[in-house]
Amino acid sequence: MDFTLTNFIFYGFALMTVGSALLVVTVRNIVHAAFSLMVTLFGVAGLYVFLQADFLAATQVIVYVGGILVLILFGVMMTSGRLEMRIHIERGQLLLGGVVALALLTLLLTVIANTPAWKNLTDDGTELPPTTEKIGELILNGPFLLPFEVVSVLLLVALIGAALISRKEVRD
Amino acid sequence: MSDFRAMFAGFPNFNVSEGFFPNINLQEKLNWAEEFIQNVLIPRLPEAVAAHFPVELGTVLVMFACAGIFVGVVPLLPLVLVLAERKVAARFQNRTGPMRVGPWGTLQTLADGIKLIFKEDFIPPQGDKLLFLLAPYIIFACSFAVFAAIPFGENILVSPFNIGIFYIMAISSVIVMGVIMAGWSSNSKWSLLGSLRSAAQIVSYEIPLGLSILTVVMLVESLSMVDIVESQSNGVFSWLIFRSPFTFIAFFIFFISAIAEVNRTPFDLPEAESEIVAGFHTEYSGMRFALFFIAEYANMFAVSAIAVTLFLGGWQGALPGYDILGGMPGFVIKTLALVFLMMWLRWTLPRLRVDQLMNLCWKYFIPIAFFNILGTGIWGLIFEEDSVWSIGISCAIIYIGLISAYMIAGRVMAQKPEPQPS
Repeated sequence: MDFTLTNFIFYGFALMTVGSALLVVTVRNIVHAAFSLMVTLFGVAGLYVFLQADFLAATQVIVYVGGILVLILFGVMMTSGRLEMRIHIERGQLLLGGVVALALLTLLLTVIANTPAWKNLTDDGTELPPTTEKIGELILNGPFLLPFEVVSVLLLVALIGAALISRKEVRD
Repeated sequence: MSDFRAMFAGFPNFNVSEGFFPNINLQEKLNWAEEFIQNVLIPRLPEAVAAHFPVELGTVLVMFACAGIFVGVVPLLPLVLVLAERKVAARFQNRTGPMRVGPWGTLQTLADGIKLIFKEDFIPPQGDKLLFLLAPYIIFACSFAVFAAIPFGENILVSPFNIGIFYIMAISSVIVMGVIMAGWSSNSKWSLLGSLRSAAQIVSYEIPLGLSILTVVMLVESLSMVDIVESQSNGVFSWLIFRSPFTFIAFFIFFISAIAEVNRTPFDLPEAESEIVAGFHTEYSGMRFALFFIAEYANMFAVSAIAVTLFLGGWQGALPGYDILGGMPGFVIKTLALVFLMMWLRWTLPRLRVDQLMNLCWKYFIPIAFFNILGTGIWGLIFEEDSVWSIGISCAIIYIGLISAYMIAGRVMAQKPEPQPS
């Protein structure tokens, strides 16, 4: 492994992602956990940039940081008075979580082991073409049209459901 | 469109910006730095070092230099804009504004800045210290990162991203995180309320903002800021605001939503003085407060610059082939005009209520923005390429629409409100 600057920055991003992800699950304060989740999501966006997936990186930031994380924080701030809460974990949950984590780890390790050649995309100086157009073609004019439409219908249903739940009942 | 150019063929060509502003192609500079390291530096190093010397260091150094230019120059903008705001406010209220420091009070902001530097840096003892210290930097960094994708002139931009406008939206959506962080870590009810209001407002208004950007992207068929500016190169009628009636509506939705995004009156509920002291930055003092302040004015300039780039031709001039309102000076003039419009609105309109704010966004802007997207799609199908015809029809529709809107508004306003039963 040679230490080019690109590699150095890449490992910086990787460390940032993994380290803050560890913080998310170990920190007691739930708001601190949410903010370290922000660092994790940024780190993942940085890794996407290294894969030359520019559109995906921006989407990652706009959807996860600008949308979902803000909603999580909103929920935390509006509901919990005590932020340093003790989270009890039952035996059964621990077992189940362990099994899921182990399964995921095996899956990831298999994928890593089966990938033939690891190389950094930016190392040999090739620049891949921008991805935006291709993503658009694939989603709206290609094999992923049906899944895309199904997902949009799902989101619509969720939207209507949310409106129904939050709506005040009209008394007649 | 080339017949437009032919119409003005006899005019003398006065390209003002060419002489004053040399083309700064940063991409070339990047290559230059790497070549310098490759050809000049590495042969002079001992061989053991040279074999492992990172060539990309040049790129990184130039990147830092570019960032340095922005962090150095852009804070000067608020220095001017704050004074401008106070002078404009004074004029609107028939006062003179600051007059004591320097000629006509022009050094007032400098004096204020020095005062802020020397103030006590207060940290609320009951609050969350780490997040409290971090929050101003997040807001500051995000509002400056936006400038990286704005083309100030031909070749005067930091990075010609392929996803320029999308990148801008992504980065500016992170500002909310900083606001929430500041509000929560202050451990003050004013701060928390202000940050919650701000978050709700920004998240809501991001939707019409994004949708009205989408109408432009649909017409240009590119997310790149450079492509968007280059598609408006044929004079004032090829600016995207006039290219279809839908982009004309989109411009106003964009601009009003942008005012809401930067938390300015009439949408300044997050820092409403009469209700929640100063909103999310109530507990901040000294230089940290100044960072919020600089970020706010930098944001204001940034959203105006984006509006100019998307709808008002960017650095392209008002006449094809000539530099009237073109080049970097033209870009800055157009942007400052929009900034002045924001100030004008601030000192003219009263603050909205929370329910009015949300009604305006969800019940009016979002449906109109969706209608716009539908309309732009149909427009793009009818007129596959921009021609004199499409622009003529678009301008006619805009003209008729404006006149009828004016007349309808006049009718509605002429009706006297019914007297309230007392």
